This record gives sequence, C-alpha cells and structure tokens, in this order.
Amino acid sequence: MYSFDIQRPTSVADAVAALGTDEALPLGGGQTLIPTLKQRLSAPSVLVSLTGIADIKGVCTADDGALCIGGGTTHATVAREASSYPGLAALAGNIGDPAVRNRGTIGGSVANNDPSACYPAAVLASGATVVTNNRSIAADDYFQGMFATALDEGEIVTEVRFPVPEKSCYMKFEQPASRFALVGVFVAKYADGVRVAVTGASEDGVFRWTEAEEALSANFAPEAVDGLSVSGDGMISDLHGSGAYRAHLVGVMTKRAVAAAS
Amino acid sequence: MTKVTMTVNGKSVSGDVKGNTLLTDFLRDDLRLTGTHVGCDTSQCGACVVHVNGEAVKSCTMFAAEADGAEVKTIEGMANADGSLNVIQQAFQEHHGLQCGFCTPGMVMSAAALLKENPKPSEAEVRDYLEGNICRCTGYHNIVKAIMAASGQDVAAVAAE
Repeated sequence: MYSFDIQRPTSVADAVAALGTDEALPLGGGQTLIPTLKQRLSAPSVLVSLTGIADIKGVCTADDGALCIGGGTTHATVAREASSYPGLAALAGNIGDPAVRNRGTIGGSVANNDPSACYPAAVLASGATVVTNNRSIAADDYFQGMFATALDEGEIVTEVRFPVPEKSCYMKFEQPASRFALVGVFVAKYADGVRVAVTGASEDGVFRWTEAEEALSANFAPEAVDGLSVSGDGMISDLHGSGAYRAHLVGVMTKRAVAAAS
Repeated sequence: MTKVTMTVNGKSVSGDVKGNTLLTDFLRDDLRLTGTHVGCDTSQCGACVVHVNGEAVKSCTMFAAEADGAEVKTIEGMANADGSLNVIQQAFQEHHGLQCGFCTPGMVMSAAALLKENPKPSEAEVRDYLEGNICRCTGYHNIVKAIMAASGQDVAAVAAE
C-alpha cells in the first residue's frame, strides 16, 4: 500500500469535513477498499474511516413502514435485524463469508456499486432511497453504471430506506471462485407492481428488467417469464461466462426468485 | 503515526502505527503474536481471523487504527487459564483437524465465533460458516468433525474421514 493518514471521526459532520481534503477517501468496512489499496490501485492521502460514527449504524422502521438501514451497518447486522424484510436479510446473510459480513457495510457496497455486488440489486428492486449527508436520491437515479453513482466527491451514504414488499427473493448464481454474483436477480412484489433488478450481468452495472416486471405484475408466477429474454449484447463476458450465458441466467434466476419469493 | 490502545487477549496494549498498518501486522510485528497467520493477504483464506469486539474478522483487511479502543482476541488467547487447550483446540487435536496447521488459528477463531452464535450447528451450517476459511490439507472433513465434537454433538455420522 501507498502511505496515507487515517482518521476516525465520530460524527457525519466531522467525516464530511475530513473528506474535504484533497485526495481523501471514505473507508466503510474496507472489504473492497483495503484489497484495492493493497494492489496500489488507489492512492489516497487520507482515509476517513466511517466505522466510528454511531449515528449511521443500525436498523429501524420508519413511520411509513420503510426499513431504514444506516450506511455504516454491517451485512451481519442486516442479516440479523432486517427481519421485516426477509428477502433483504437473506441477501445480506449470503454476501461474502461471515468475517467479511462482520466488517462490510451497506453504505460501502452501495457507494462502490461493484457490478457484481448484491446490495445494488436489492436497492434498485425495492425502489429504495439512498440518503446522504445532504440529500435523498431515488434508486432509479442513483446507479449510473459500473462503479458509478450519483454521489459527489466526499458525499457519504448515511442511510438506505427500503419500502418493504409483500413478497421478495434474491437469487444469486455465484461465480465459483470469488463467490460474487455471476448473475443475481432481486424480485420484489409491491401492491402497485413488481420490480426486478439484475446484478452481475451487465457492463452498465445493475439494471431493471422491465419486460419481466410488466409480465410479473400481471401474473406473479415463474411461467410469466417464459418467452421473455434478455439480449446478450452489453452483458459482461469473461472466462466465467459469456454474455449470452449471463443473459440466459437472468431469466433462470428470475424464475427461481419468483418461485421462492415469500 | 497514530497512537492506538486496545485490549488484546485481556491485556491493555498500545503502540504507534502508520495509517496503513493492518491489524494483522500490528499483532504479529509489534506485539509478536505470530499465531495469527497471513495466508493470502487478500481476505480470501481466513488464516488471519481474530475476534474484534467478539466478532470474527479478517485482520488482514482491517487497519490497526480502526481497532483503537477495541477488545481483540487472537489464537494466543484461546487456551484455558491453566494453559491447557480449550474445548475447540482439544477437539482439533483429537479429531485430526489439522495437518500442516497453517490455517488452524483462523479455523479455531471462526469455529469459536460460530459456536457462540449457534451452539449446536448442523454439519451443513459448519461447512457454510467456514466458507471464508481455506484449508489445503485436510479436505475439511476432520475440521468439521472437530467443530461438531467441540459443540458436544455426536460426530460418528459426519461425512467420510
């Protein structure tokens, strides 16, 4: 790693101030950023650790029934405490491995927007709201391509608010070496319709599969997806699977998610 | 340099660390607690697992400065007060849960974290929990067996030797 200073502010305001420095980067749980630093793919002068900010940790329910998860909340905590949204709790409980889940945070995952990460699928399929230190961003506006988000430099994800669906399920086809999603599909059924979000597959990062949403909103059954297909164009193609293979898996994982939704 | 103070295996320790000093390097190089191993250094293998505030974490993927004020437990803190092996360590010995031993500190720390949250895990739950701990010698069967035994369960039925 290159050398850098590390700071551990205890409030969001102090963290934002510290991030005002040139070349400063926020550090969530570090489960992606620390390996990245080790590879010298990033060279911050200051790392601002968000792990000391108690205000952005924890899970609660808002007055409108939405599940609110602090940006600094670990995957393990979400898996344990997001019981009102079982599809989301199950997703969190299957990210990485137990030790990774004890450090990695939802805010870090959503801010990084890895094209194969699990959380972006849940955030987009839930029509969740990403809350930062200075605004609220709808999921549909938040994700802007591979590793790209609507966040400005130094902006911190303080909370993610999830409307709780009637039924939901996340199905992940794991890339066998990394255990990241080769393709992951999150299906969420709300009173006003179904949303389907796909991670791992597209070169543009997480996306909504709108044809499946329309079909499933009319008939929430695996067969509703029969006959629909996603194009392999623009899909990630690598040694683990071609674009066409990933496109095929989108349909398969969607059907499995619908069949298992609860 | 940043001054850090933490409790490691029940003792208060402190030291000056650089921003990029990993917890594992602080434990091994500064405190000379070399039982915590570094296998992959990319957070895949789990040889470096320690407990921070009671939770299993990969100490190669956390900075020492982030552990300031924390309670840290390493493999050196696992034996019983009289120096004898604790129940998990003893079970690893009895069930031949190690061969070269390199992964064993991480395995024992992960096993302890598992049994704290799930005192009677099924074989499948043990295998699932060990997803982030890689062993290249044993083929895992005897590790699983040892952890099942440490939880007080009958291990006769656990998969092939």
